[in-house]
Amino acid sequence: MSDVEIVDARGLSCPQPAMLAQKALQKLGKGTVEVLVDSSTARENVSRLAKNSGWDVTVEEQPGGNYRIILRK
Amino acid sequence: MSSVSRFLTSRWGPIITGLVVGILAPVLVKLGNPGNMGICVVCFSRDIAGALALHHASVVQYIRPEIIGFVLGALIAAISFREFKPRTGSAPLVRFLLGMFAVFGALVFLGCPWRAYLRLGGGDWNAIFGILGLVAGIGIGIGFLKMGFSLGRNRPAPKALGWVMPAIMVTLLVLLILAPQFGRDANGNPTGPIFFSEKGPGSQHALIVISLAVGLFIGFLAQRSRFCTVGAIRDAILLRESHLLYGVLAFIVAAFVTNLALSQFHPGFQNQPVAHTNALWNFGGMVLAGLAFTLAGGCPGRQLFLSGEGDADAGMFVAGMVVGAGFAHNFSMASSAAGPAAFGPITVIVGLVICIVIGLTMREVRT
Repeated sequence: MSDVEIVDARGLSCPQPAMLAQKALQKLGKGTVEVLVDSSTARENVSRLAKNSGWDVTVEEQPGGNYRIILRK
Repeated sequence: MSSVSRFLTSRWGPIITGLVVGILAPVLVKLGNPGNMGICVVCFSRDIAGALALHHASVVQYIRPEIIGFVLGALIAAISFREFKPRTGSAPLVRFLLGMFAVFGALVFLGCPWRAYLRLGGGDWNAIFGILGLVAGIGIGIGFLKMGFSLGRNRPAPKALGWVMPAIMVTLLVLLILAPQFGRDANGNPTGPIFFSEKGPGSQHALIVISLAVGLFIGFLAQRSRFCTVGAIRDAILLRESHLLYGVLAFIVAAFVTNLALSQFHPGFQNQPVAHTNALWNFGGMVLAGLAFTLAGGCPGRQLFLSGEGDADAGMFVAGMVVGAGFAHNFSMASSAAGPAAFGPITVIVGLVICIVIGLTMREVRT
C-alpha cells in the first residue's frame, strides 16, 4: 500500500478545492489521494483536474450531499 | 433529463451556455435593452438599486427581470438536480464588502465582465482595456490564493435560509409588476417608493416576460454548466484548466456574430453606448473588480447562480453589489459617457488597498 493523503475541502469556495487537490497530487507524485468535498461543482473540478493529470478517479457519494473522491496513480 | 444534465456538466456545458448568452444578449438589445447591455449584472444591480431609491440617478432606475431570472432559473436547476443546498458562514461581511468594491470598480469601467465581453463583441474597443484590467485583477487575486488566502468554510444551514434570496427576487418581481406609487410631490414628480427611468439606459428594456424568460433560461443553463466569466480566466492561469475559458470565448464569438447579423456591430472607440474612452480608468476600474470577484470566488453572474442554489454567502455578495451601486452614484464614483466621475479614480485606489488588505489577512482559522 502506497501513501494515502487525505484532503478535506468541504465548505471551501472555488478554486480552493481544486487547488488543494492539485497540491496534494503534485506532492505525492503517485499513490492514493482522498479528497472530501461537499458540492457537485467541487467534485467535478477535482475529478477533471485529476483525470487531466493522469490519475484514476473514483467518486463515492456520501450522506448530506458530500463526496469522497479517491484519486489513484 | 439526466442526459441533458450530463451534457451541461461536461466540457460542452460552458460552451453551450456561452453561445446562448452571446446570442440572447444582443437580441435583448434589439428588443429594447441598452446598447451592448443585453446583460450586465453590475449595471442591472445598479438599476435595481435606483428603482429602490438607493440612489437618485434618474436615468438608471429599473427592476431588471434578467437578474430575477438568473436566481430563480438557478434555483429551479438546483432543485431539479438535487443541488439546492443552503449554506453560509464563510465570511459573509467580507463578501458583502467585496460585492461593494467589485461594483465600484465595474462602474468606473461601466460594466461587469459579462458586459466587458459583450462590449468587445459589439465593437467597443474601450472594452479591451477593461478586459486587460480584469485579467490583471484576477492575476493579483491568484497571487493571494497562492499565498493561502481563504474566506474560510461555509456550513450547512437550515433550508429556510436558502429560500431568502429567491424570496427577495420574487418580491422584486412583484414590485416590478405592481410598481407602487404613493403620490407626487409639488412639482408633479412621483415620490416612489419604486422609481423607473423615463429616459436614459434605465428606460430602455425589453418586455418583462421576455427578459424574465431569458434570465430563467440562462440561470438554469449556467447553474448546470458552472459558467463563470471570472473563473474562466482564473482557472486557465492558476490550474491550466481551460474548459470555462472556452465558454467565454464562445460567448464573445456568438455576441460578435449576432451583433453583425442584427447590424449592431459598430467598431471603434468613440461614441460607444454607455461607455467612456478613458483607457487608464477603464483598465483600473476592472483591476479592482477582477480582484474583488476573484477573492469572492466568482463573477457576479456566478454569485447570483450560487445564491439561487442556497449559498447565502453569495447572497451577501449580491446584497453588497446592490448597496454598493447605490453608494457609487450617491458619492460620484460611477462613470458616465463623459468619463470617470469626480471620485471614481480615488475610489479605485482605496478599493484596491482594502482588497489587498483582505487578500493579505483573510485565512482559514482551524478550530
